[in-house]
Amino acid sequence: MSLTLHDLGPVLALILFGFLPNEVWRLVGLMLVRGLDEKSQVIVWVRAVATAMLAGVLAQLLLSTSGPLAGIPVSVRIGAAVLGFAAFVIARRSVFVGVLTGEAAVLLGTYWFGT
Amino acid sequence: MPQQPAESPPHVSFQVFLDGIVAAVRSVFFYVLVGNYVGMGALAHEVGFSFGWMALCTLLIWAAPAQVILISTLNTAALFEVALAVTLSSLRFLPMVAAILPVMRRPGVRQRDLLLPMHVTAISVWVEGMRLLPLMPAERRVAFYNGLGVGLMSGAIIGGGVGYVLAARLPPVLAAALLFFTPMAILMSSARNSRTLLDGLSFALGLVVGPIVAAQKIGLDLMWTGLIAGTMAYAVHRIREALRGRKT
Amino acid sequence: MSAEMQSYLILVLVGFLPSEVWRWLGIVIGRGLDEQSEIILWVRGVATALIAGVVARIVFIPPGALASVPLTVRLAALAAGFLAFLFIRRSAFAGVVAGEAVLVAGALAFGP
Repeated sequence: MSLTLHDLGPVLALILFGFLPNEVWRLVGLMLVRGLDEKSQVIVWVRAVATAMLAGVLAQLLLSTSGPLAGIPVSVRIGAAVLGFAAFVIARRSVFVGVLTGEAAVLLGTYWFGT
Repeated sequence: MPQQPAESPPHVSFQVFLDGIVAAVRSVFFYVLVGNYVGMGALAHEVGFSFGWMALCTLLIWAAPAQVILISTLNTAALFEVALAVTLSSLRFLPMVAAILPVMRRPGVRQRDLLLPMHVTAISVWVEGMRLLPLMPAERRVAFYNGLGVGLMSGAIIGGGVGYVLAARLPPVLAAALLFFTPMAILMSSARNSRTLLDGLSFALGLVVGPIVAAQKIGLDLMWTGLIAGTMAYAVHRIREALRGRKT
Repeated sequence: MSAEMQSYLILVLVGFLPSEVWRWLGIVIGRGLDEQSEIILWVRGVATALIAGVVARIVFIPPGALASVPLTVRLAALAAGFLAFLFIRRSAFAGVVAGEAVLVAGALAFGP
């Protein structure tokens, strides 16, 4: 990936590729001085970022029109995800039940409504 | 002994903040900084950035080497390379911030009170801060340091603006001289700060390796220049140390 | 490369480097602080070389008005500035003045 300035706009490039890489060192200096307390804050933030990234990937899979799930209609995907999550909650947060239900729903849905 | 207040009343803090600004303007660094940024503003103009972008650049980044890297490479290089080069050039902020923030901390100073001092830390601010802060009572230090930083940064932003406008209006020979100020300033400050063989050799090798790498047109040439020339200089340093060690 | 150069290279690669690596590892294992300062030294070398690369870039790929000044003048100005710095009690001011003076003079004499 070779992103250039023209793709991104000068101000956004300034912030993402000028300000952030530069400020990161000042922030870490601040964290170091703070001590153990901040370390857990950093971990909390990292977890939030990772979770958000995963959610992004999930959303892409659910909504994208190309890729491995292309043969499954979007409505079926979303419906199956919702059913799976509902089953997860009802079965007292059992991952196993949720996954099975979601899989069953997507297979049935593809068979009935899909290509 | 009377109990120290957790935080000075706002009007006293503001007075101390102004004291900081005065100290900034009186500092030798103010003139060096303004001169430096006049050249940088001219560079930004010649390369094609907007006036507002240049001011924002100084406000957000507040680090001359990182800014020069950004200005001279953002148009042509891959963004990843620019970020890498900027990251590498700003490593010194970690020990600087870690060294001076404790001088300002005391009971009552909240973490977010330290965010502004953290951001305004740059070499000139840091040097003056390390010199002046120990001379004053602890409750004045945060406001003073902020004033120092804001004062110096304002000088830089104004200098950048002046340089930007000058570059557009000066006759070509003088405009060229103004542009040349930036590489001159980098050369001088690097030469002056070079205390060891490693520093001098890294710089010299970087000057030589840079154009060679750029001519290969493989992209990421700043990164490769730094890695190749820097590692070569470091290797020479290690060899010297080894030879010295063997003698004892 | 010549046979002599090759023999030196082999000496360094096969003789010096392997033994030096063990010495370095010894420092790393023995005193963590030493390793950190060695890494910091290397990073400093890389960062300095990088900023030198930026100077080279401005001199060899000059923006705007600087492009109308011949390359030889730019290089001469750089050298003059550095020499002035060295010989005038390591004065940055003297260096900048000398470099700029040579650039302006050269631009007037040899420029378009």
